[in-house]
Amino acid sequence: MDYTNEPDCKLPLALIVNMPELKENPFRSRIVESFSEDGMGNLSFNEFVDMFSVLSEMAPRELKAIYAFKIYDFNVDNYLCKEDLEKTLNRLTKEELTPEEVELVCEKAIEEADLDGDNKLSYADFENMITRAPDFLSTFHIRI
Amino acid sequence: MPSRTIGRNRGAIISQYYNRTMQLRRHKQSRPSIRDFSRSARPSIRGYGMETDSPDAEDTKRERLVNNLQNLSVSDRIRMLQAMPLSVAEKSELRRLTLQKERRTRSGSQIPCCSRLKYYIIIAVKQSWFSCLSFLHSLQLWQVALKTVSGRFGTGVLSYFLFLKTLLFFNLFLFLVVGAFLVLPQAVLPPVLLSANHSFSGLELLTGAGYFSDTVMYYGYYCNYTLRRHCSDEGGGQNISVSNGTMLACVSKRLSYNMPLAYFFTIVSAFFITCIILVYSMSKSFGQSFRIDKSHSILAMKVFCSWDFKVIKKTSVKLMSENICIQLKELLAEVNHKRVRNSCLQNLGRLMIHCLAWTICVAGTIACVLSIYFFSQYMRQDLKKRSNGPLSTQNPLLNEASLLALPVVVSLINVLLPCLFNLAAWMEDYESPTVRTYVAIGRNLMLKVSVLGVLCYHWLGRMAVDFENDNFMCWESFVGQELYRFLLMDFIFTLLDTLLGEFLWGMFSKRVLKRRRKPVFDIARNVLELIYGQTLAWLGVLFTPLLPAVQLLKLLLLFYIKKSSVMMNCQAPRKPYRVSQMTTIFITLLCFPSFLGASVCVTYTMWSINPSSSCGPFRGLKTMFQAGKRWVEDLEKDNPNLSVLARAHSYLVENPLFLFVGAGIFLIVIYFHSQVVDGQRKIIGLLQEQIENEGEDKKFLITRLQSIHELKRTTVRRLKSQDSSC
Repeated sequence: MDYTNEPDCKLPLALIVNMPELKENPFRSRIVESFSEDGMGNLSFNEFVDMFSVLSEMAPRELKAIYAFKIYDFNVDNYLCKEDLEKTLNRLTKEELTPEEVELVCEKAIEEADLDGDNKLSYADFENMITRAPDFLSTFHIRI
Repeated sequence: MPSRTIGRNRGAIISQYYNRTMQLRRHKQSRPSIRDFSRSARPSIRGYGMETDSPDAEDTKRERLVNNLQNLSVSDRIRMLQAMPLSVAEKSELRRLTLQKERRTRSGSQIPCCSRLKYYIIIAVKQSWFSCLSFLHSLQLWQVALKTVSGRFGTGVLSYFLFLKTLLFFNLFLFLVVGAFLVLPQAVLPPVLLSANHSFSGLELLTGAGYFSDTVMYYGYYCNYTLRRHCSDEGGGQNISVSNGTMLACVSKRLSYNMPLAYFFTIVSAFFITCIILVYSMSKSFGQSFRIDKSHSILAMKVFCSWDFKVIKKTSVKLMSENICIQLKELLAEVNHKRVRNSCLQNLGRLMIHCLAWTICVAGTIACVLSIYFFSQYMRQDLKKRSNGPLSTQNPLLNEASLLALPVVVSLINVLLPCLFNLAAWMEDYESPTVRTYVAIGRNLMLKVSVLGVLCYHWLGRMAVDFENDNFMCWESFVGQELYRFLLMDFIFTLLDTLLGEFLWGMFSKRVLKRRRKPVFDIARNVLELIYGQTLAWLGVLFTPLLPAVQLLKLLLLFYIKKSSVMMNCQAPRKPYRVSQMTTIFITLLCFPSFLGASVCVTYTMWSINPSSSCGPFRGLKTMFQAGKRWVEDLEKDNPNLSVLARAHSYLVENPLFLFVGAGIFLIVIYFHSQVVDGQRKIIGLLQEQIENEGEDKKFLITRLQSIHELKRTTVRRLKSQDSSC
């Protein structure tokens, strides 16, 4: 894999998620997939730079919110539906919560954040909720 | 629906940002006068300067976006480009196209040669500035250390180290300014010393007295006349005032340096610039962390915003998952079950316990403050007795060591009393961890403010007067030495606290108490200790110009010691720690009680207290402030055309009415802005209601449509069945 001779080469997902900054992150595969053009997690150099520039300190809040939404949207339908939330929760807590608790948390979360009443979170709902969380900018940040 | 997609589609992103740039252009354009209005058919862009858009270049969305970007100012363009969710390759392509177009349009028009030269110069300066900035960025201090700490402990503990780094830069700035303007000139041209030179014994490093007392470190060393180079007579008469300088036939009269004026203005401007930097960083931090506090979507926020992406160590990640799990369970319990109403008696019981705890804390603080007051008085009498006693019985080393008693007592109080506060908090058993943290910070702050208050009274109210009356020695140098001792003792006790509190306690709890978990790093207490140390440094700059250097060294050492201690002994905090809010609180505490208190003391010293008559750059003057006034008077005497300046000085700076009026206007502006913010908050509430109503409307319309559709289908089916039956 010689970058100087083949500038268009793409790194596979399995190699990138072994980086020390991403290795223990439960969302590592989703992070890499949301920045890849083909959706499978193979990143070219430009996409790699993209990923770390969005996750850096200087990226503006709106940009981070957009990509955070993409990361949490597991089934890539532009909405955060209940299944997406369930998957997020299971990865966050490493399946320590009981299924009833997971169900309850998802219901309550959607109830709280959904403004237009369609039982799933669109980007506008997500962004509205993120603006109320001042810690988002500091936690959605990877140092390299 | 266009508002629902977030633009996986590149075209959608480009048109969205085209609209945004168009709006931005409209806002930035000022309305031209009526006669410049063109007769365009489109009233919305009439008079906005959009007619200069060439009509033939607008065939693709991208071209239009590039055109808009080109017409924005540079900072707006950069901000817009940064916020676009496109890939880096696309953004660089857009930027290149924008600059290319710019160059083309520029060279097309008839620009005179000197303007083009001006543009080239500006571009060259900007490029060199950017490369300088990137060089500074790459020199980042402690990059690897901060990454290790954040990788293991997360953003909370990292904020302590970032705060330490901020304080380091403040001290570096102070050291550079004071060093360049005060220490360096005086060190290069030293005055003649009257008293005998002390020998160096090791105790100086602790007490700051002895060998250090007649060096450039303290106020008393500085001259009160204008320093001149190549003057044979400069070592002589120590009381040559500025206006008599012409009596000496100096060769290089131009290379003169007015020491009293320099001292006064350096200190004042250093404080002023520090104030501006502090207020700016405070407002920036406040803006980032201020959110309209509606605890509406706590659960959703916890799910999406609580994962700290900086943590990379496996055990810490596991711990973080456990913590989030526990917090979610607690939140669920809170959200689901209605809070059990306590009975009246239980409420009363809780109130009594709170009152008792607060009484204990306040009583403890008052007791400590009174003890410091009386002990300082006793030490003052003791010092007087020792120095006035017969010389044969004096032991100079013991005399110096006795100076350390007061700092040791104050540092002990600073370390022990927070333990009492912790006990009281444990007794009270707060439900919410944020309330507990705020109460702890409040109590510690109360202790430190009262301790510093009584010490300032002791130094400025008692010592200054006593020394003048007794004609003892330079009271400013003595106060400077006291501050040096306090700073050093604070450092030593922090070291001891780290050693005993974290290291030994960790080993004790692991071996003897057999606890699995290591002790937690108390962020709030450590940050408050940093703020206390910085207050001492700011108080002492006037009396000890080298104190920022001492504080700088102390902070450097503290960073490495705390880092090793944290890595070895502690674990990440279990309770949720709201980083932005706490950082804002700490910066506010640094600005308001700490910096404000220090500047009030320094201003009081400069404005009202008589400087000592035997040493220092202000001897012979009534107050330190007179140095500036005397210089203006001398200017007026030398050059009568500058009488305007003298009059302006006496009306604006010395007249308190001007300051009152200025402060009043400032307060009115602040009130106005707070009202605007209130109004905006109300509008946001109304808009949210509107969004919810629209959602309801949508649901209603969809169900109506469905029911009508159902009705139509059943009627059609019935008609069909009727037809078939006929």
